[in-house]
Amino acid sequence: MTKPDIPSLTARLLKGDKLACAKLMTIVENDPADAKKVISRIYRHTGRAHIIGITGPQGSGKSTLVNQLASHLRKKGSTVGIIAVDVSSPFTGGAFLGDRIRMKDLITDRGVFIRSMATRGCKGGIARATCDAIKILEALGKDIILVETVGAGEDEVDIMNASHTSVVITVPGLGDDVQANKAGMMEIADIFVVNKADREGADIAVCELESMLGLTDKCGWKPPVVKTISTGSVGINELADRIDEHFNYLKENDLMRQKLKRRAEMEIVNIVKDVIARDVEEIKKSEAYNKLIEEIIEKKIDPHSAVDEILKMVKKRHVKE
Amino acid sequence: MGEKKIRILMAKPGLDGHDRGIKIVSRALRDAGMEVIYTGLHQTPEEIVEAAIQEDVDAIGLSILSGAHTTIFPKIMELLKKNKIDIIVFAGGIIPDGDVSAMKNIKITEIFGPGTNTEDIVRFVKEKAGKP
Repeated sequence: MTKPDIPSLTARLLKGDKLACAKLMTIVENDPADAKKVISRIYRHTGRAHIIGITGPQGSGKSTLVNQLASHLRKKGSTVGIIAVDVSSPFTGGAFLGDRIRMKDLITDRGVFIRSMATRGCKGGIARATCDAIKILEALGKDIILVETVGAGEDEVDIMNASHTSVVITVPGLGDDVQANKAGMMEIADIFVVNKADREGADIAVCELESMLGLTDKCGWKPPVVKTISTGSVGINELADRIDEHFNYLKENDLMRQKLKRRAEMEIVNIVKDVIARDVEEIKKSEAYNKLIEEIIEKKIDPHSAVDEILKMVKKRHVKE
Repeated sequence: MGEKKIRILMAKPGLDGHDRGIKIVSRALRDAGMEVIYTGLHQTPEEIVEAAIQEDVDAIGLSILSGAHTTIFPKIMELLKKNKIDIIVFAGGIIPDGDVSAMKNIKITEIFGPGTNTEDIVRFVKEKAGKP
């Protein structure tokens, strides 16, 4: 395979070329060093879109809701980018990405770009490259970007920092009010959705969330609870309105900069970890590394002091560059 | 960590609803470490090609049991060509022996009929769509 021509691809991306968009997404997924080349070229063209995270348990209706929400936003004239994240196998690295099945209404709509993405070992509910893929969709000119996380339980909360507005979906019958008071997922919501609201227990679920929210303060924003039936398009208008209100609330109350700061911090930390992890993988192939391991076994050096040596090697690699 | 993955679009064109086969093949490709994007049933040629573009896949697998392959497959191949997408396309389902050469003439690389060992399909995809 020939080396991709990143300057030409990014130029095409900025003119709205979806083929270039797709190729660039593959590049940032496959190679963090190339990701730097891509993002450094497009970064100043990002920042205009409203990024909305959609998260919730497996089978709660995330993809169907994304489909409905995107259709609604298209009718109102916005262009939409969608990143649908699914899990990679920890055993084989393979993945079955099936979110498109629920998004049939959008596939040939020129105003929509959908990308399925596997987590490739990332644990936060999104993939390492998701933040870069968001930027590529922004540079493509999409007004609204919907990021659907993996089926998430309690701890997959990276989406909070990757998006402006986090929508947490729950369904009736998942548990009692103790669940509503748990840390993690329940804390990140800017908006709650009780989906499948035609099922028994929907009103109880809403009630429990609302009583929990009585004790919640997110810089003056009280997360609303919206009932939806995503297979029947019920509640989608209201959800879209609440999402809009939240975005305006961020802008009007000077909270946007705080959001952006948190996102920048998360991204920087993740990239640093990634770069160092890659360096360590390379260092592991060296003679010096093997020698250190032997020395640890023979008690000539302790693991912490060995890490100092490794970090010296990491530093050396970057001085050369 | 950065690593290249083979990405495959598995699609069900036409109007039949028999998806057992495509799901088994998809599972085999997944278990071989590939990223499989499954479109679901009843896809038009336009939808399949659009998904292939947006997902930047290395190959497309088509499953059809309705007998409409002689009409639908050429349309898919035309659309790929029109969009300058040069990737391999393989197919399975019920495709009579008599149609195989016609399918290969329109650049469907391989046809996998009933009874094919999934290992053969995995080997084929890795060989033809694997990136160096």
